[in-house]
Amino acid sequence: MSQAIKPAPTSNAPQAKPVQMTGAEMVVESLKRLGVATIFGYPGGAILPIYDALYESGIEHILTRHEQAAIHAAEGFARATGKVGTVMATSGPGATNLITGITDAYMDSTPVVIITGQVATSLIGSDAFQEADVMGITMPITKHNFQVRKTEDIPRILAEAYHIAGTGRPGPVLVDVPKDVANGKANFVFPETVNIRGYNPTTMPSMLQIERVAEAIAEAERPLMYIGGGIISSEASEELRRFARESGIPVASTLMGLGAYPQNDPLYVGMLGMHGTYAANMAIFHCDLLIACGVRFDDRVTGKLERFSPNSKKVHIDVDPAEIGKNVAIEYPIVADAKNALKALLEKAPRANCADWQRQIAAWKAEYPLSFKQQGESLKPQYVIDLINKLTDSRAIVTTEVGQHQMWAAHFYQFNEPRKWITSGGLGTMGYGFPAAIGAQLAKPDELVICIAGDASIQMNIQELQTIAERNIPVKVFIINNGFLGMVRQWQELFHENRLSESKIGAPDFARVAEAFNVKGIRAENTAQAEQAIKDALAHPGPVVVDFIVEEAENVFPMVPPGKGTDELIVKGWEE
Amino acid sequence: MRHTLSVIVNDTPGVLARVAGLISRRGFNIDSLTVGPSEEPGVSRMTITTIGDEATVEQVMKQLHKLIDVIKVQDLSEDPMVERELILIKIAANPASRSEINGIVEPFRATIVDVGRSSMMIQATGSREKNDAIIELLRPYGIKEIARTGVTALVRAQVAARVK
Repeated sequence: MSQAIKPAPTSNAPQAKPVQMTGAEMVVESLKRLGVATIFGYPGGAILPIYDALYESGIEHILTRHEQAAIHAAEGFARATGKVGTVMATSGPGATNLITGITDAYMDSTPVVIITGQVATSLIGSDAFQEADVMGITMPITKHNFQVRKTEDIPRILAEAYHIAGTGRPGPVLVDVPKDVANGKANFVFPETVNIRGYNPTTMPSMLQIERVAEAIAEAERPLMYIGGGIISSEASEELRRFARESGIPVASTLMGLGAYPQNDPLYVGMLGMHGTYAANMAIFHCDLLIACGVRFDDRVTGKLERFSPNSKKVHIDVDPAEIGKNVAIEYPIVADAKNALKALLEKAPRANCADWQRQIAAWKAEYPLSFKQQGESLKPQYVIDLINKLTDSRAIVTTEVGQHQMWAAHFYQFNEPRKWITSGGLGTMGYGFPAAIGAQLAKPDELVICIAGDASIQMNIQELQTIAERNIPVKVFIINNGFLGMVRQWQELFHENRLSESKIGAPDFARVAEAFNVKGIRAENTAQAEQAIKDALAHPGPVVVDFIVEEAENVFPMVPPGKGTDELIVKGWEE
Repeated sequence: MRHTLSVIVNDTPGVLARVAGLISRRGFNIDSLTVGPSEEPGVSRMTITTIGDEATVEQVMKQLHKLIDVIKVQDLSEDPMVERELILIKIAANPASRSEINGIVEPFRATIVDVGRSSMMIQATGSREKNDAIIELLRPYGIKEIARTGVTALVRAQVAARVK
């Protein structure tokens, strides 16, 4: 992410004469100066002073029904905008309910600042009521965490927290505020600039390395771009498009990178990895120059490392130097922000001579395209998603939960713009998509926000129906209901002799559940109903839940089985 | 190969937990870790010795560098450096064996820091290898207890260490 969070002089507090404030008032005043307009959270004892200061502050606070939903909503907000999301919770159980979301944000490099209440400093370490060692617990899952020890430190620490969360490789930063620190009084001094010794992310590439890469491109016969979430967080989508167009190098995307490159472009190869396309997985296996940009060689992409792209020289562009060479040996390391690196590369006007290679990729795409056959009245899940894509003109912001529906959404919804696809990639968090949709919708009130969910995943944060009902947040929740933990069942079928241990999961009538929360509910069991349901949902101005009863048995293909190389993918399943 | 890393960190609460936790959860092998104040107030110097191939050590260094409270990470191993460890060894000793032990201790420039009725305590400083050697020589007398500080190190003068 390129932009730093610059303290904005939006407050009416005079800078010249320091003003006495409580710590809690300092939190709110600092957030205002940092440009925070929306907070997701849930109050409780230790954070009450801050909630009191928030009352009548003008900052919008979204009360979710579970802290986990609050942080996923903050993640959705951040992913839809590129801004730092903000979440607040109380000490102990409030803070520990955030853990899954903090880990999720850490894995997907999502910029979030988490403000937690803490018991008074005199009680810390005494196993006090609602005390948890939040610093210890969150150390491995945050980019950094702070515990405020002195009231006067609050403005500086918050400014640093937003700076760290939003710059370099983005990530979650936690600020733990003990209750006595929030109640204490001191002079409010907001820092003019943020300067953290030991934190200076390298964002500009080495020109020497850029030149070497340009030379490698000129020599390559089968070059391939392997792009990921880093393109989106560094806002490098435009540069990537220009780079591909000018160099002629085909582009394959990770799950996290979907939308960074338009999927309807002829140079687009498809999604890579375990459920990537045949063309993308063959291309990465056979390429002779792999230009990895804003990716981390996740095992869901590489498959078996020994068989990963065995014939290629590898370029790795990443703002986090620790990612370079972590999993795969790299010939051309470039530590830089993806946007700056691509800009620098563009200046060298690299051109690949790879017409044969482009033809080969086109042939692979034609040989095994992503497809399905909808026969008869009963609904195929892919058909439903394809229909949603068509009826929304590929324009919606789509969030997902985790499982088969997520992969089908990745396959059959077409993403041509960045920040339209919000999914839990690294952690694979069920329960993510619905609250993330709430965050995305609040960030982008004028856009259509859809959550594509599975029947099992939606049950993990279904209480948030109350949140959208109360505030009339017009999210459309489309549940692909096959009555199973679909991806678990798929693995059981393929790798556990079809022993379906605990993967059949009962679901309620989601339309009626929605109605109980005062949210419009629709049930669709056949093709005609499905089309009408989507149309009705899109026409309805408020929130809607549509329960699509789909065929139980459908599985996600192609698939690289765990422990196999990307050239060993199973392509059966969709051609019948 | 054993590597000696020098890590300059902010002297903030929990910084040791950050460094040690990172090393253990990422599965890196840590041989010894020492920490103490540096020449600058508010800044501590840690010396970490770790065993691993080049790629592993590079990854350790990069991951350490990601910590916000880590200011600088240096691999001292490839530069001329001074590496020291302090050990205290308590061994069984009686009036008959004391002078013999004294004879062993002397060439190592170790010192006898405590003498009891049936034991002696020896203090030795030096490289880990030297300290291993003195332990081996003293082992036949019957080692009761050993305490080792772990290695601490600095690069010798006039040589710029490689900074990663």
